[in-house]
Amino acid sequence: MKRSYLGEFEEIVLLTVAVLELQKQAYGVAITHEIIEQTGRSVRLNQIHAALDRLEDKGMVKSEMGEPTAERGGRRKRLFTVTAYGRRTLQDIQEVRVSFWSRLLNPLNSIGQRDWGMG
Amino acid sequence: MRHSPPQLADKLLRFFLADDRREEVLGDLHEEFHWQVRRVGERRARWRYWGDVLRFLKPQFTTQRTPNHSRKPSNITMIRNYLKVAFRNLARHKGYSAINVGGLAVGMAVAMLIGLWIYDELSYNTYHKHYARIAQVMQHQTSNGHVGSQNAIPAPLEDELRAKYGDNFKHLAMATWQGDRILSYGDKKITRSGNYMGVEMPDILSLQMMKGSRNGLKEPNSILLSASTAQSLFGDANPMGKLINIDGKADVQVTGVYEDLPFNTELHELTFIAPWKLFVATQPWVKRALDKREWGNNSFQLFVQIADNTTMETVSTRIRNAKLANVPAEDKKYKAEIFLHPMSDWRLHSNWDEGVQTGGYIQYVQLFAIVGVFVLLLACINFMNLSTARSEKRAKEVGIRKAVGSVRSQLINQFFSESFLVVVFAFGVAILLILALLPWFNEVADKRIVFPWTNVPFWLASLTFIVVTGLLAGSYPAFYLSSFQPIKVLKGTFKVGGLAAVPRKVLVVVQFTVSITLIIGTSIVYQQIQHTKNRPLGYDSNGLVMMQMLSPAFYGKYDVLKTDLKNAGVIQEMAESSSPLTGVWSNNGGFSWPGKAPSLDSDFSTIWVTHDFGKTVGWQFKEGRDFSRKFTTDSSAIIINEAAVKFMGIEHPLGTVVKWGDDSDTNKPEYFTIVGVIKDVLAESPYEPVKQAIYFLDYENVNWIMLKLNPARSASQSIATIESIFKKDVPSAPFNYKFADLEFGKKFASEERIGKLAGGFAILAIFISCLGLFGLSSFTAEQRTKEIGVRKVLGASVLNLWSLLSKDFVVLVIIACLIASPIAYYYLSEWLSDYDYRTELSWWVFAGSGAGALIITLLTVSFQTIKAALVNPVKSLRSE
Repeated sequence: MKRSYLGEFEEIVLLTVAVLELQKQAYGVAITHEIIEQTGRSVRLNQIHAALDRLEDKGMVKSEMGEPTAERGGRRKRLFTVTAYGRRTLQDIQEVRVSFWSRLLNPLNSIGQRDWGMG
Repeated sequence: MRHSPPQLADKLLRFFLADDRREEVLGDLHEEFHWQVRRVGERRARWRYWGDVLRFLKPQFTTQRTPNHSRKPSNITMIRNYLKVAFRNLARHKGYSAINVGGLAVGMAVAMLIGLWIYDELSYNTYHKHYARIAQVMQHQTSNGHVGSQNAIPAPLEDELRAKYGDNFKHLAMATWQGDRILSYGDKKITRSGNYMGVEMPDILSLQMMKGSRNGLKEPNSILLSASTAQSLFGDANPMGKLINIDGKADVQVTGVYEDLPFNTELHELTFIAPWKLFVATQPWVKRALDKREWGNNSFQLFVQIADNTTMETVSTRIRNAKLANVPAEDKKYKAEIFLHPMSDWRLHSNWDEGVQTGGYIQYVQLFAIVGVFVLLLACINFMNLSTARSEKRAKEVGIRKAVGSVRSQLINQFFSESFLVVVFAFGVAILLILALLPWFNEVADKRIVFPWTNVPFWLASLTFIVVTGLLAGSYPAFYLSSFQPIKVLKGTFKVGGLAAVPRKVLVVVQFTVSITLIIGTSIVYQQIQHTKNRPLGYDSNGLVMMQMLSPAFYGKYDVLKTDLKNAGVIQEMAESSSPLTGVWSNNGGFSWPGKAPSLDSDFSTIWVTHDFGKTVGWQFKEGRDFSRKFTTDSSAIIINEAAVKFMGIEHPLGTVVKWGDDSDTNKPEYFTIVGVIKDVLAESPYEPVKQAIYFLDYENVNWIMLKLNPARSASQSIATIESIFKKDVPSAPFNYKFADLEFGKKFASEERIGKLAGGFAILAIFISCLGLFGLSSFTAEQRTKEIGVRKVLGASVLNLWSLLSKDFVVLVIIACLIASPIAYYYLSEWLSDYDYRTELSWWVFAGSGAGALIITLLTVSFQTIKAALVNPVKSLRSE
């Protein structure tokens, strides 16, 4: 299965988008704060913007302009949503991890579950 | 917000960031700043802000966001796609494309030709710089209860206007009548049309002087020549200062050469201007009219340029009584009313009825404008019809396009780009057509229109034209086709038919209504021309030659010429008269006879002829006899026409004594006896009744020589012999002759022109309609292929099928006939009512036009229907 390579940071950003898009809050500042809060890393805005750009290029997220707010000086947000492809990619990664974890926890099951992730 | 982030940082960012990133990045940064202010205070937030900003100054943020596949493609790409699809569609259906482009091209060519024609008509006379301020002085006069309007005015009017109304005018110029005159320089003699005009005329006309100046008419013995006249008299030699002779009467010096007046000016045949003063000096009667202030002698023209600060209407009102105030008491009853006829109206508004302007040529301009619009409409209807007829085929395409995400506006755009493509193609073809047709058109319409390649307004108009036609032709398919529901179309339950065909049928009816109206109109115009041409002339115009006696050298040669010509055997008879056979040059009043009603203004056409005139032209006598040399008393004999008998109200005209003049006049009245009554001789307008006329016997007051050729000889040989005899007997005058029948034919020129143009347009309209019908019938035939196959299998004959398929179209054409007939009837009776002598609107013209249209329709449709009916049913049914 040929998938675009997704870096670890990109994966975190993509996951954050997936979480925040539910409240229509998946935009630069909110994503940055969410990641800082969840991971404790010191992330800067430019990094998030760059990652989102790369994700959009890869077709994992798409974006549109949202409503303007006063504290942004009347500027609009760019709101991101995860595309179907992005969602599949996240699932694939998750499945690969689950598969490895399950083998790590139940070494005997590993053979029976071989083609579990081929879907 | 109390706090605001560092402005310099913002500026920096704005400068470097790509345009499409600025908003979101700055927005995020500001939001972050305010959050940081709350968290760590403003000072540290500002530092942080600077840090963030600097981090954004990287190449990846200074370039535009890369285009994404999920985003909307740009307009250019879409248009390119539309055009590509349009091209493919055109190329795949070559026949229909040809019909579409061809029909539209013909329609556009017609509309553009008419446009060029109208432009030419509207720009008539605009060559003159003071176009808007030039006018001819005219007058209304009331006689026998009718108001007549004329441009002939009395001689003292100019002085009167200058003296009492001078402020209103910038220039005034008297003139006589434009006509052919002989100009000679050495041995060279040419006949040219020109006029004697006042000193200020060149200024009024703003003549472009190539040599000399506009005041070249100051000296009485001077002349201004047009460039072409100068060229034919002097070749390349300098004409300035050369002495030439006019009509063998006066020697004049060339004082200027002006650029030829362009063809679309009223005075384009004015090829020389001699001074009015010279005319006065050489014509005693003119001098008398001026010196004695003869207000009753309306024999001259007066042109003016009004002052800059006034209007035509104001001046017209002010000078109204300029003549009435001066005429003798007994002439007050004519209620002479002087007015201005502006140059801008000369061409298009020159008809008066009872003193009220009633249009003129403008009616034809309007008529053809309407025709042009309609022909274009026909072509557009074709396009719309063919597109909608094809809709069933294209419905699938529309369905698929919609299913894959095309929105309606995109489909509308697609159909519009298709129609624009066709229109642009058609425009190209139309220009080629115009280039090919222009010589023919110029000849028929008597124009000198050139294709306006460098005329910016023309191209702007063409662009508008393309846009309007594109929108008009494309609107129906664009909005109709794009409204299809993809589900229905793709499921196969979609059928165009029933109600959907109604607009198409309406359009066909409109098309044929226009075409049939044009056919009926053309037929009636030709019928009217023919009817008038067949009107009894009252003389025999066969082999009748007329020659104007332009030079004094002609006079006194009557007997010599007659003997020589008769001896040569080329003529049967010769005579002279004061007027040509195709016009009356003189009208006079002041006649009275026993039993005349005192209130009647006795106005007659007066014609002076020699003894043999009746024999030469073939007068037909109702009563009495011709002039004869046997009666010496015939010098006081007159012959009158039937109209005169009716006008005078006398029962026994023969022997009636007519008195001309009044006892109070300085000249003694003259008495004449009627010796003969002839059938009316048609000399003036062939559409109007012949005016009462009196023929006198005279050998002095004559201007024309009439020759009746010997019918036993060929005309061309006779003319050659006649020329040699004239060269011998009248060596100083050039030999110019006119055939009476051809001159008479010229009276129909304008009607024939209209007839030819209307005929041409009618043919084109029919052609366009048939083109559309042809395409349409092929579609219906194609749509019903299966049905025809099944019918054939069940035993239908080819005739059955043919009538089945043709019936629909025939019904439409019959409806069109029913609509067209009353419309045509209404407009044609309006048109005919302008003519006193007119043809009847007979029902068979209408029936014939309808039948003609029906036959053409059947022929057009049959090609397709018979083809469809002949197809082997096996072929058409095999596919299922």
